[in-house]
Amino acid sequence: MGETEEKTKPEPAGSGSHVPGSFQQILKLTRAQFQEYLASRRFVILLGIVAMIGLIITAVVGAFHDRAFLHALVSSPLAFYGSFWGGAASFVIVLSAVFFGGDAIAGEFQNKTGYFLMGLPIRRTTIYVGKYIAALLASICVLFVFFLIILANGVYYFGGDALPWQFGPSLLLSIIYLVAVLSTTFLFSSLFKTSAYGFVLTAILFIIGFSLLQDVVQSILDYQPWMVISYASSAIGGVFGTATDPCTGAVINTINWGLNGIYGIPGGPAARAGCPATGGPREALLSGPTWTPGIAEAVVIMVGYFVITSIVGLLSFEREEFA
Amino acid sequence: MTHPSIECVQLTKNFGTFTALSRLDLKLEGAKCVGFLGPNGAGKTTALKMLTDMIFPSSGECFINGINVREERKKALAEAGVLIESPEIYPSLTPRQALEMVCDLRGVPQNLRRDRIEEVLSEVKMQDWVDKRFGKFSKGMKQRINIAAALVHDPGVVILDEPATGLDPRGMAEVRDIVRGLKRRNRLIFMSSHILQEVTDVCDEVALIDKGKLLFYDTLSNVTSKFADGAPTIDVGLSRPLGDESTLKQVEGLTGVTSCVLLEPKRLRLKFKGGPSAQEQLLASLVELKIGVITLSEPESALEEIYLKQISKGD
Ligand SMILES: Nc1ncnc2c1ncn2[C@@H]1O[C@H](COP(=O)(O)OP(=O)(O)OP(=O)(O)O)[C@@H](O)[C@H]1O
Ligand SMILES: [Mg+2]
Repeated sequence: MGETEEKTKPEPAGSGSHVPGSFQQILKLTRAQFQEYLASRRFVILLGIVAMIGLIITAVVGAFHDRAFLHALVSSPLAFYGSFWGGAASFVIVLSAVFFGGDAIAGEFQNKTGYFLMGLPIRRTTIYVGKYIAALLASICVLFVFFLIILANGVYYFGGDALPWQFGPSLLLSIIYLVAVLSTTFLFSSLFKTSAYGFVLTAILFIIGFSLLQDVVQSILDYQPWMVISYASSAIGGVFGTATDPCTGAVINTINWGLNGIYGIPGGPAARAGCPATGGPREALLSGPTWTPGIAEAVVIMVGYFVITSIVGLLSFEREEFA
Repeated sequence: MTHPSIECVQLTKNFGTFTALSRLDLKLEGAKCVGFLGPNGAGKTTALKMLTDMIFPSSGECFINGINVREERKKALAEAGVLIESPEIYPSLTPRQALEMVCDLRGVPQNLRRDRIEEVLSEVKMQDWVDKRFGKFSKGMKQRINIAAALVHDPGVVILDEPATGLDPRGMAEVRDIVRGLKRRNRLIFMSSHILQEVTDVCDEVALIDKGKLLFYDTLSNVTSKFADGAPTIDVGLSRPLGDESTLKQVEGLTGVTSCVLLEPKRLRLKFKGGPSAQEQLLASLVELKIGVITLSEPESALEEIYLKQISKGD
């Protein structure tokens, strides 16, 4: 009797489940993780910070746009966006990448949520990519909020001219920059098992480290800092490409779509110091100790960071032990 | 009909110079429940983690249903339900959402999901909490959901690392019922545990490891008869502490008694030889000694005794 019972034990239904392909799993995981990000306190805090940055810009421009030092900026949408969007977007991007990426992988260890996923039939790569895309989407939401605040200012000052075509490439560049910065923070977070390390390290790296490195390379080594990711970020504002010729007072186009950076900031401080006796106005504009990347060059740098940090991050996560 | 199976071949894990698991060879096959026993730090979790590709073997390999876990993690784990290390679930999710996510990632057919989720949640007695967020759950409540998540796709192989940790006594009993329920289907269950009662109750076989080495793997009934030196044992509860050495000697001197140990001041464990009539005689003489006998019982678990004996051998 016992024997027949043994034989007629029904198969568990689980053998009928068909585990979806990795691509499907990435989408499903991304959706769950994205919802988790949107519901998190950290998302609210980040939105608060970004709203505050936007409000400060709004207040400063509102209060001082009649003064000489702001007047030039508010007189042209290109100049306005070049300084305010171009200047602050990269900071917002770095902030979101640190918030969402800094502990993305480390946090899975520390909070033990990784053990939940690791018991499932899912590749490590799928987890990494799913989390990455979710963090990217969450960061894009934050960036979009910032964009709306800046745009609202633009509409107030420039009305119908508030959306110059340059905003297209600038937004695209800001997203490429985000993609690169986020994959870099993901790489660092996959090297640690404690959230705080991931956070602190990526924050230090992006807020101080890279700009320090950039300074060292261009000022001390006197070399174009193409290997530093923050260098590429100036293309976000650079694509608006206008400067006032310090010698003639005319607004001129300084946009450089090329693959080669140029020595100097268009309209930079050294240029303003005086018009050199020799050379045309363009050289005069481009004097100074710093470099400005060409747009194509910036894209190459960003994509390079993305590709390299993604590969290294994925490889290191593939070997990660949930010990 | 396939036979579910779990196999470890020469499975070894070193952490630096420390060997947490040493050349474990273990083949479990067929529908049954196997208890995985061993003291703290014996290497149980280490073995189960390698079995589920959470950590990687230093050498050796493991298979679930014949599929190499390291080489084909996704395929191997598709067939298994896993609960290791009491994981946490994203705090903003509710049990329903978490289980939906598991079903999603595991590809449980859409038409079965609702029923499966309801079913496992009621099995772990969490049906009243389906739509509350995890953030506020107690440890035991989370563990119940973890158990549900390991079972929601109705797996053929179930790997559980101390499923009853963090549960209240009723919860522990419920885990036993759940595992017993799992055995109604053609399933292989491999479960580590410190609760010998649980193992005795639900497991068909036991594997015991200590210091990274397998001490034995056998059926529960074989184990108890092989190691328990055959002598029947009874525990004697007293109303007052046993007087002095001489009283203990008196008990030892009773006919049939082969050994007598004072477990606690008011608790004696006797081994004796002979059948039921010898036992009847012995109990009568015990009472006559007027040492305050108030209870006579079988020891809690024969397994416990074997466990302790085997473990202390290693020291
Ligand atoms: N990541 C790690 N690094 C170093 N040593 C480790 C690591 N994980 C486990 N160990 C060691 O390996 C040994 C086995 O640990 P393991 O967690 O497998 O024991 P266990 O049998 O599950 O014990 P318990 O019953 O306490 O859960 C222990 O001595 C532990 O200290
Ligand atoms: Mg353990």
